[in-house]
Amino acid sequence: MSFFLEVLIGGLLAGVMYTMVALGFVLIYKASGVFNFAQGAMVLFAALTFVTLSEHGLAFPWALAASVAVMLVLAVAIERVVLRPLVNAPPMALFLATLGLAFVLEGLAQLLYGTQVHGLDLGISDAPIHGLPIEVSRFDLLAAGIAAALVATLGVLFQTTRAGVGLRAVADDPLAAVAVGLDLPRLWAIAWGGAGVVALVAGLLWGARVGVQFSLSLVVLKALPVLIIGGFSSIGGVIAGGLIVGASEKLAEVYVGSHLGGGTETWFPYVLAVAFLLARPTGLFGERLVERV
Amino acid sequence: MTVSSDASAWPSSSDRSETRPPALRTAAWVVAILVATGLLVSLPLLVTDYVLSAILVPVLALGLAGIGQNLITGYAGQLSVGSAAFMSVGAFATYDVHLHVRGIPLLASFAFGGLVAGLVGVFFGLPSLRIRGFYLVVSTLAAQFFVVWLFTKVGWFSDYSASGVISAPRLALAGWDLSSPGGHYWLALMIVAPLTLVGRNLVRGRLGRSWMAVRDMETAAALAGVRTGRAKLLAFGIGSFYCGVAGALWAFTYLGTVEAHGLDLDRSFQVLFIVILGGLGSITGSFIGAAFVILFPVALDQVGSALAGGSVDASLLQNIEKIIFGALVILLLIKQPAGTVRLLQIAWCRVRRWRPRSA
Repeated sequence: MSFFLEVLIGGLLAGVMYTMVALGFVLIYKASGVFNFAQGAMVLFAALTFVTLSEHGLAFPWALAASVAVMLVLAVAIERVVLRPLVNAPPMALFLATLGLAFVLEGLAQLLYGTQVHGLDLGISDAPIHGLPIEVSRFDLLAAGIAAALVATLGVLFQTTRAGVGLRAVADDPLAAVAVGLDLPRLWAIAWGGAGVVALVAGLLWGARVGVQFSLSLVVLKALPVLIIGGFSSIGGVIAGGLIVGASEKLAEVYVGSHLGGGTETWFPYVLAVAFLLARPTGLFGERLVERV
Repeated sequence: MTVSSDASAWPSSSDRSETRPPALRTAAWVVAILVATGLLVSLPLLVTDYVLSAILVPVLALGLAGIGQNLITGYAGQLSVGSAAFMSVGAFATYDVHLHVRGIPLLASFAFGGLVAGLVGVFFGLPSLRIRGFYLVVSTLAAQFFVVWLFTKVGWFSDYSASGVISAPRLALAGWDLSSPGGHYWLALMIVAPLTLVGRNLVRGRLGRSWMAVRDMETAAALAGVRTGRAKLLAFGIGSFYCGVAGALWAFTYLGTVEAHGLDLDRSFQVLFIVILGGLGSITGSFIGAAFVILFPVALDQVGSALAGGSVDASLLQNIEKIIFGALVILLLIKQPAGTVRLLQIAWCRVRRWRPRSA
């Protein structure tokens, strides 16, 4: 039983990490209806920026501030160069454009910062905490705490600030939002900037775990099933989705996958997501789509 | 006479070619087609082995995969990022049927590989009956990851080879040995050319029109009497058939060997880029895109070593290549979503309409 619990908790904590990446998607999807495939590349770019700055001797707070600044500038640039010319383009064109963007960002990140693996030490030990009935790593718990704080902050920002209310209005009905005088390009830049900051946090936590390297960019592939299960437009949904994906893929790998030769984690979340799609196409918490002709 | 101020991309009925007698135009077409066919068939005598096996054969294979992707995405409007999975199903099925069925003709095993890939494509296209748009990415990604895992973990598919790598059977047609670079090219051409013609006719016919109706507005298509579910599944089936045959060609005429990881998600993206760069909804565009994808890295390498005066770091070139590909995709989506093929059409119309002032 305690082995089951350990696997379950390990999976849930991995799910927290997936949620962090998926959060960035939701921010952008809510504000601009764009399915941003470049979120993983943004995670890589942000983490590499931070690591390179700290390796050049910048102290943690300064490196963090500089990386945030870089991500904000990047967000504004993306809005200007990619999104604005594609206003009114079909959703598929926008998705394909973010795929192109992912390639540009991945190439750029490795061109600027090199391709070697960087170690990242946030000064938190990964050792298990003693005195508990099951083994839980201090680092995982802290990551979960940071994720919770991030979600809470985003929730407060969305509910109370002017930009947050504007973003919700745009998510609800872009045309009506423009009609009442909201500055759509500015809100898009804010949403992409927010997603950039979320990507930075996710990149730091993942990077401390597995090293800052190209594979960070691939976490986008883990975030997709999370989004499908949770629903594209709900922050609560991605939390639930992340936990479900994390826990179920670990349990499936341990109890079923080991009999099939292992490595089922690459595809299991997708099969789960397709099953969810067939049963509940809008995800657990997604808005019901009403199609008008 | 002055240059026409109307820069429209479309040839109008006032074009000079329309005023020629019909018999003459038909004759001109026949001659053009004969010359083109002759040129394509005799290419192995004209170019070096390097051009044949490193450029022409992969362009043919990837162009065919591009057609498959185009049928699914460009014509039927269903977003798929699983082309490489269907290619790898085709390659492995071709390999296995050739291995286990004694004396099966080479072309039959290619057809079998395509059919199996088509069935797998229909299966992973099933969710398209319920879900739309980029949700479908998830289903095709499931195909991508599952197929790679399956072919790596289940030894039967690769005949229990320790490395999971399968190698090409001896390529011969009715006693005619095709193992030279020229033979590889002829085999690829023999398979790709008829399939291209079939694809071209498919998209112009009833089925192609129903695909485009589904792509442009599914509800309206259903109201107009198109059986949308059938159209979508057929797009997945036929498109994956093309990808499957392309995968077998890629494995056996280009690489000679293939492993599951050689046809991974990156290859799927490459095929998707071929279609975007060449032209969504264009058969010709698939080959233009494939030629670009194959030739560009070669050209970049040449330019790089010419500028640096020696060999250039491979990873540097790879990153530059990624940036340029991504930027080109974005640029084309903004400036010309119909792809390079439309740019060429526009250029061709400008040339045709251009008359010297003094004439």
